[in-house]
Amino acid sequence: MAATKELTLPSRIESVDEAALKADEFVKELGLGDDFLSAVDLAIRESVANAVKHGNKFDESKPVEVRLARVPTGFEITVRDFGEGFDIDEIPDPTDPANLLKANGRGILFMKSFMDEVEWFRADGGGMLVRMMKRQ
Amino acid sequence: MADINISERQAGDVTILDLAGKVTIGEGSVALRNAIRRLLGEGKSKILLNLGGVGYIDSSGIGELVSSFTAVNKEGGTLKLLNLTQKIQDLLAITKLLTVFDVFDSEGDALASFQ
Repeated sequence: MAATKELTLPSRIESVDEAALKADEFVKELGLGDDFLSAVDLAIRESVANAVKHGNKFDESKPVEVRLARVPTGFEITVRDFGEGFDIDEIPDPTDPANLLKANGRGILFMKSFMDEVEWFRADGGGMLVRMMKRQ
Repeated sequence: MADINISERQAGDVTILDLAGKVTIGEGSVALRNAIRRLLGEGKSKILLNLGGVGYIDSSGIGELVSSFTAVNKEGGTLKLLNLTQKIQDLLAITKLLTVFDVFDSEGDALASFQ
């Protein structure tokens, strides 16, 4: 059984469901259990949505690249966009009282809450790469 | 096909929206937004969202709940939540939104709270 799966998706909203479906299938094939399934599903949906909407800004000439990997310590997800990039330290805290009633800005909080490790890098060739790990 | 089904019923002057399916980025969130806008346009500003049938919600869906809440409040109305699954409760707790919304697990209690 393959320990990795790679996807290249167009920058459309529909890619969120497609990525989640493939990730869910892979987690089930690996027999990783419901906690993993729930966390991976959420993390994939939020990170791909961010890549489509904020990274690539729905520019269908820019793909979203997803890599799913069973690693010795757990399950790793990387999602890469080809946008302008951003500074994670400049993202407002959605739980700050000043931001509670804002419509957006909770995706990163969800990723950090359900995955054990989440880190962002500026990708070679442009864009951002987010790496997430769910430890076993 | 939409990921979400929204049906409406009236209990006195409170409008109950029964949601079933997914409230996520795209169709689900848009459907909720449109339903709330329509109700406000009809002058219905006491709204109870029954989320008992919502199997999945993402950050966009949570954002849409917040937008709905502020839109209804802006019109002098009230929006409350009913029948949250444990998962949705957990997400509202993580986002500190349980301090914002009135949440009920009994429709009777929810309706009484509007009076």
